[in-house]
Amino acid sequence: MTSSRSALSIYGEKAIEWLIRICGVSAIIFVFAIFFFVFREGAPFLADEKFSLWKFLTSTEWYPTSMSNIRYGTFALIAGTLSVTGVAMLIAVPFGLGAAIFVSEFCTGKLREFLKVIIELLAAIPSIVWGFIGLTVMNPVIQTVFHVQVGLNVLNAAILLALMSIPVMVSIGEDALKAVPDSYREAAIALGATRWQLIWRALLPAAKNGLLAAVLLGVGRAVGETMAVLMATGHAVNVPHSIFDSVRTLTATIAAELGEASEGSPHYRVLFLIGILLFTITFIVNLVADFVVKGIKNK
Amino acid sequence: MTMHAQIQPAPQFGETPFTRKKRRNEKIAQGIFAVMVACIVIPLFLIVGYLIKEGVSLISWEFLTTNPTGGMRKGGIWSALLGTFWLVGTSLCISAPIGVLAAVYLNEYAKDNWFNRVVNLAVVNLAGVPSIVHALFGLGAFVLFAGMGRSIIAASLTLAIMTMPVIIASTKEALAAVPRQFREACWNVGATKWQTIWRIVLPNSISGILTGVILQVSRTAGETAPIMFTGAVFYRKIEEGNLFAYGLGDQCMALSMHLFTVTTQVTNAPHALPFAIATVLLAFVLLVNLTAILFRSWLRSRKKW
Repeated sequence: MTSSRSALSIYGEKAIEWLIRICGVSAIIFVFAIFFFVFREGAPFLADEKFSLWKFLTSTEWYPTSMSNIRYGTFALIAGTLSVTGVAMLIAVPFGLGAAIFVSEFCTGKLREFLKVIIELLAAIPSIVWGFIGLTVMNPVIQTVFHVQVGLNVLNAAILLALMSIPVMVSIGEDALKAVPDSYREAAIALGATRWQLIWRALLPAAKNGLLAAVLLGVGRAVGETMAVLMATGHAVNVPHSIFDSVRTLTATIAAELGEASEGSPHYRVLFLIGILLFTITFIVNLVADFVVKGIKNK
Repeated sequence: MTMHAQIQPAPQFGETPFTRKKRRNEKIAQGIFAVMVACIVIPLFLIVGYLIKEGVSLISWEFLTTNPTGGMRKGGIWSALLGTFWLVGTSLCISAPIGVLAAVYLNEYAKDNWFNRVVNLAVVNLAGVPSIVHALFGLGAFVLFAGMGRSIIAASLTLAIMTMPVIIASTKEALAAVPRQFREACWNVGATKWQTIWRIVLPNSISGILTGVILQVSRTAGETAPIMFTGAVFYRKIEEGNLFAYGLGDQCMALSMHLFTVTTQVTNAPHALPFAIATVLLAFVLLVNLTAILFRSWLRSRKKW
């Protein structure tokens, strides 16, 4: 039997299949490239005798441009990131999971479609617009409601971050609830359970891994958020003692200072090291979230 | 009449204090959840309404088509608007083909082994890398290492890599929705794998792929951090009315960056100016997104299989 296809089409097809394979694995290449190039810019400073990893992680003194004594301690920045993320999650977890339960179990038809569209649009608002809202709307609101001097603080940024990470939680949480087999629902209803009893006793325990993954992805999103926290946290290097203290986060520090740091200077390299730190944190959070999700699928 | 009352059977499924409590708890739970959802939904309307109310007075055709003047306190947003279109367009040309082919690989070629699980994990992680880390990557790889300098092409490459997971995810979903029988029928008449993909799978999923592309546009348009150090500048004057006033090697202004600049760096800007910029940006992003959502639900309603 002879092939009726020309050599060109056979080799053309081979070429295209190789192109597809290369594009397919490109995500791995990109992730490695991100780590490599950020590390490449930051790494030379690790060998510098003035640099100590211990001080970098535990000192609260961040004076990268001091004339007399330059110090690169990121502890206050880490504390800023953690406090803003933590407070944001205190708000976002109940509201996000509550909304996921409401959309998935209590609504039907038109209302459900409408809410899903609204939540998707909420996710589409750019972070710079959230930051602008924090600066112009939330700032005076917090000042008048809580009678504090400065409205740009942990609470302000946390509310913005909560609103930004809720859509992620709602959509992943809804998927998790949907993945619970209908036989669970039927069994509970047959036993005379109300919808609330069904959710509380049957669905939540069954979907808890998926809901945990939803929360983790929300955390990842909040830790990595840049422009909104840059504008709303008040930009003070400070270990916060209350939610009304101004702070500064790891991401905001890079965004604010990279433009001023001259290329190749220690300050510039330290900012790349902070980038490595952020990359590592979000990488771990995403990895754990992924394993939690995979855990459900395998069951 | 009294007889009638006597033979009425005792209610078998009547309300007992226990069921009453049960129903009350359900009502309370539903009420609490409804309030929670309202707390999420209402801010969206308040925010959009407030931004439009404060900014709408400035928005006109002239505002959109003239350069900023007077230290960015007067004039329009032309150079920023065109810059955003250039960044979105260029990054789309890069990420759409790679993203679609990557999704074809993951859905049509990849076997379920450890290597492809790592690929999927990489896609998930790529989506989770903070935008500012993408900015550092763009600066280190494209601006410095590849020698592109701060330019539209460097910024677009950064944006393309950042938003690629959006296209991969939605394309994968669209490809997976094409029934397996379609492929089998095609293989049975002697088509090769690629011929099947090109003639059957892609045409049947093109609308789902387009939805992903539209979503990627809206995501790209709003990003600020990745372009700050890779190609966007505070101020640049370009020829008004010329859509090709930028080149790939030029630095550009962008709407998102312009909003940041006017809000935090420019003193004494008119009150309405940042609101007007935010309104234009938000209107663009939300309209594009809404288009994608409506397009998607229209597609689902007319699905043939």
